[in-house]
Amino acid sequence: MKTAKPSIYAFNRNRLTGWWFIAIAVIMIAAFYFYPMVQALLMSFKTGKGANLHYTGLDNYQRLFSDKTFLTAVKNTFIYLIIQVPIMIILAIFISVLLNDSKLKFKGFFRTAIFLPCVTSLVAYSIVFKYLFGVDGIINMMLTKLHLITEPIQWITDPFWAKVTIIIAITWRWTGYNMIFYLSALQNIDSSIYEAARIDGASSVRQFFGITIPLLKPIILFTSITSTIGTLQLFDEIVNITKGGPGNATMSISQYIYNLSFKYSPDFGYAATVSYSIVIMIVILSIVQFKAAGDK
Amino acid sequence: MEKMKRTFTYTFLSVVSLVSIFPFLWMIISATNKSVDVTKGKLTIGTQLLNNFKKLTETIDLGTAFWNSAQISIITTVLALLVGSLAGYGFEVYRSRARDAVFNILLMSMMIPFAALMVPLFKMFASIANSFPSLGINTLPAVILPTFTTAFLIFFFRQSTKMFPRELLEAGRIDGLRELGLFFRIYMPTMKTTYAAAGIITFMSSWNSYLWPLIVLQSPDKKTIPLLISNLGSSYSPDYGVIMTAVVISTIPTALVFFLMQKHFVAGMTGSVK
Repeated sequence: MKTAKPSIYAFNRNRLTGWWFIAIAVIMIAAFYFYPMVQALLMSFKTGKGANLHYTGLDNYQRLFSDKTFLTAVKNTFIYLIIQVPIMIILAIFISVLLNDSKLKFKGFFRTAIFLPCVTSLVAYSIVFKYLFGVDGIINMMLTKLHLITEPIQWITDPFWAKVTIIIAITWRWTGYNMIFYLSALQNIDSSIYEAARIDGASSVRQFFGITIPLLKPIILFTSITSTIGTLQLFDEIVNITKGGPGNATMSISQYIYNLSFKYSPDFGYAATVSYSIVIMIVILSIVQFKAAGDK
Repeated sequence: MEKMKRTFTYTFLSVVSLVSIFPFLWMIISATNKSVDVTKGKLTIGTQLLNNFKKLTETIDLGTAFWNSAQISIITTVLALLVGSLAGYGFEVYRSRARDAVFNILLMSMMIPFAALMVPLFKMFASIANSFPSLGINTLPAVILPTFTTAFLIFFFRQSTKMFPRELLEAGRIDGLRELGLFFRIYMPTMKTTYAAAGIITFMSSWNSYLWPLIVLQSPDKKTIPLLISNLGSSYSPDYGVIMTAVVISTIPTALVFFLMQKHFVAGMTGSVK
């Protein structure tokens, strides 16, 4: 009897008050995410220069497949994705497992040091990396002094090494960020599980693959999806380290969209089509990652 | 075996820490040296910091950019925390089937790449500028408006609200507080750590944002710090000492926020992941 009354009141309160609390957020996201998204979709079926747009059906989508710059940008983005994301996630898990050791000294120092890259802006660190990895930059100097190389590496101007530089840079910036997620998840794992495994004689390698990895699975899924979305949108680093060059060797899809809209003579319709290719890729890759995580 | 493992752990973590810190050290050292010495690979603190700073302020309007960036990130952070926490609280405390459906739709916006939004948003603010020049292209509100509400923050606050003790709300109702009063008087003070963590994340990403300001801010007096630094960095005859001074200055606010609030940050993040 006593509980029935408040729950009805709660229900009445729920119905209206709840909407007031979420109203601003819903309006803002509808106005600045979903509405422009629909606009972009409509635009992707139009061609023309500047404000002079008219519908041309699927022409833009056909153009994608014969557009060499677009295909290069997609290829580059996937190279970053396939190489950089796994390296970063494995490194972040590995570091967080080492840091989670209760007997470890200087834990706070290591954690802060490894997280530190996250306080820099993407533009600022990109410029630092551009100079560090210059032909006569400090990295080449150090490698030469250590007799690891005899000639300076063309970190920025060679098509292969430029990609390597971008991958090193992104890994430097984001590993610590991902590590924080793993670290907080690891701290929630009951240590008695490990003790039981140790008593059963499981080696630390087996503990890692048998206990740690399965328990971290939701976080691994979360970080790989956010990293994938981030990599597909790569812009700041490319523009500020290599400007997309040499040639188009490091150009990303986002940079190509920017160039199409604001750098070359504006082709908003086609730019919207290219941007929808990213939307499609994000949706497909997220589904694949969800499926992959669900099956195992 | 145990000893080898220890040695490996410490060596590995030290190397990773050194790699993480080195670019910072190099940038600080370079800010205190002449450009020539930087190119020679000098790795000791020099005496040119003030000189570099003077040269920097002579070539660019650092003060205005700093003020623009500060206004944008502070206003964005305040609005983001308010709107994001109101919504996260609303979705969790006044749970209903319809609102859960709305929540799931909002979450989908996290998958929308900014590249797909930038052209329509640019056009939107260009047309707003015709009737409301103070909100359109080339104004600070144009930078703030489309960016301060994020599904990520709503999700973050909703997750943290799951740990919020509901009895406090009942107690507040008995004391005669209205629903909005409960939020401001009880929820907000209790969730300080969550606000701190969310505040750090928002402030940093706002202070550092590049692509949208690059598109929407065109006149020199509206430029933000990342835009200025990007310009400096693309010059053909770079003065390394001066540029690194600018980079150091641009990093100070975010580094300061992080170090002052680090404890809350880690606690807040842990609360949301649980």
